[in-house]
Amino acid sequence: MQTGDVTRFAWGALCGYPTRTLLMLLAMGIGVAAVVVLTSLGEGARRYVTGEFASLGTNLIIVIPGRSETAGISPTTMMGETPRDLTLDDARALTRSYSVRRIAPLNVGSADINWRGKQREVTVLGTTHEMLAIRHWELSQGKFLPATDLDLATPVCVIGSKIRNELFGAQRAIGEWVRLGDRRFRVIGIMGSEGRSIGVDVQETVMIPVASAQQLFNTPSLFRILVEAKSREAIEPVKQFIIDTLQQRHQGEKDVTVITQDAVLATFDRIFSALTYAVGGIAAISLIVAGILIMNVMLVAVSQRTSEIGLLKALGAAPRQIIVLFLSEALLLSGLGAALGLLLGELASMLLRQLFADLPAHAPAWAVVTALLVAILTGLLFSLLPARRAARLDAVLALSRR
Amino acid sequence: MISLEQIHRDFQVGDQVVHALDDINLDISAGEYVSIMGPSGSGKSTLLNLIGLLDRATAGHYLLNGEDVTTLSDVEQAATRNRRIGFVFQSFHLVPRLSAAGNVELPLILAGMPAAERKARVAQTLQALNLTDRAHHKPDQLSGGQRQRVAIARATVTEPAVVLADEPTGNLDHKSGGDVINILESLNQRGITLMVVTHDAEIGDRATRRIKMRDGRIESDTQADADR
Ligand SMILES: Nc1ncnc2c1ncn2[C@@H]1O[C@H](COP(=O)(O)OP(=O)(O)OP(=O)(O)O)[C@@H](O)[C@H]1O
Ligand SMILES: [Mg+2]
Repeated sequence: MQTGDVTRFAWGALCGYPTRTLLMLLAMGIGVAAVVVLTSLGEGARRYVTGEFASLGTNLIIVIPGRSETAGISPTTMMGETPRDLTLDDARALTRSYSVRRIAPLNVGSADINWRGKQREVTVLGTTHEMLAIRHWELSQGKFLPATDLDLATPVCVIGSKIRNELFGAQRAIGEWVRLGDRRFRVIGIMGSEGRSIGVDVQETVMIPVASAQQLFNTPSLFRILVEAKSREAIEPVKQFIIDTLQQRHQGEKDVTVITQDAVLATFDRIFSALTYAVGGIAAISLIVAGILIMNVMLVAVSQRTSEIGLLKALGAAPRQIIVLFLSEALLLSGLGAALGLLLGELASMLLRQLFADLPAHAPAWAVVTALLVAILTGLLFSLLPARRAARLDAVLALSRR
Repeated sequence: MISLEQIHRDFQVGDQVVHALDDINLDISAGEYVSIMGPSGSGKSTLLNLIGLLDRATAGHYLLNGEDVTTLSDVEQAATRNRRIGFVFQSFHLVPRLSAAGNVELPLILAGMPAAERKARVAQTLQALNLTDRAHHKPDQLSGGQRQRVAIARATVTEPAVVLADEPTGNLDHKSGGDVINILESLNQRGITLMVVTHDAEIGDRATRRIKMRDGRIESDTQADADR
């Protein structure tokens, strides 16, 4: 038999039972589409989250007050002591390493902003001049916070473009005085539009000097200290330097948590990759189900077409030729089903990308290839039994049955 | 050309053994026209299937053109069936989704013949059976007689040495049954060995050699050359 003839024969057999064929294609298609869509969602989420973390800055180390819980119960927690606050002096102490490029203390709160009677609630970030460079933010107008001493509470602010639009509309904002809580600040800059990262939409925040924020929120403590190491290799030594320095400053207590951006990135990457594998695997189960369906359908086909098989044998088909014919049918069925599924899946992830512009929902290549292979292999594997049953059929009995 | 020596074919039915063929000895020369008659269950179909290599004997030897085919493998038997033997069945056994031409083409496809050569052979065979204008009809668009003619075309397209017909007129009316027999006889006149199983004495008597079976044995085997 020639390959073209086998394909044509198998195709003819599939077309002979259109409903059955369509249902099978659909079952296989949905299986493959499920794998494609679910893994594209997982992969999209992974890329989104890691992208967000990467955009935090480069070679970033974040200092958080309070011990991470992994350290377990320490004598201080037993005695009911609250962890020591991070202070501006702590922050200043961290600049004393050659490997530290820059630091930025951070305070966060919310306050009402007010300009000529127009008012809204905003997130207020108290920080310093260095923040702009650490976070790779850009200004669209004016200047960022001045490079002054950390203690200096200059009454200036930089506002997000969204706030600018809501408060000032078409009017000039730079140089205007706004009221934040019970204090007045002069607007000196407007943030550019690209600055966005986890939890904070820069366009909806107001930035003021960290000392001003401490006065505004009436607290001597800091929310975070961001430290940028000079190089990737410097990250670990700097982390150790921070831990040692702060332990020394806090009378020997290890009461801060230091996380590196790399570690966070790696963790998220792992979590989301695992998630993607998991959903992909779950979806792949539907492929196995589709394979079992194909087996059932092929078994039915063998008994439906008993006399046809008997006839083929009478016409001189060897057992192997019968197997080839039935396997080709299954292969065609699962191959077309898989192609259909791929098409459906890619269309669905395209739709997802349209609906959620931030989510890069692209099915990873490994998932697509695996889904197609699994689909075709299960189709083949599960039709092996029916095909062999067909080949073993007693020709005389097959022909005498009507 | 066909030579059966002490052929037995037993079927195990429950704990009972049915002797469908019981010590058959038969020699058929090339070009003979043989009819096989006998009561139902006498083993006619079993004998024909055995000669057509669709079935294997329980004991005995079957020589086809001097070659012992009882020992051939399944694959070799299939190839022999494809090249040397044509079957015609009572219930036609056409593949319903294939056109007349598609059905006739089947044995050539199984033989692996290239498409162009196939087309020519199929057209030629259909032409010989007056089916050219029905080539693209599906079996359900054909009459019984036409269907059996398509089946004969399929049986002869490989130019076999033997055509085996098991009650070829069993599902046909008198007129189209007669047509089918005429066609089979014309094949025989061109040198093909023809064996017809039938219940119709009128048809059976047209053969030059008439075999009567009973209980798996050959009851009589008469040469009819004399009255022709
Ligand atoms: N696969 C089988 N299993 C068991 N017994 C069988 C089988 N095939 C045939 N037989 C038995 O062998 C005997 C001969 O059967 P066969 O079909 O050859 O008869 P036949 O002469 O063709 O009859 P009919 O004229 O009804 O077609 C019968 O008794 C039948 O029951
Ligand atoms: Mg019979």
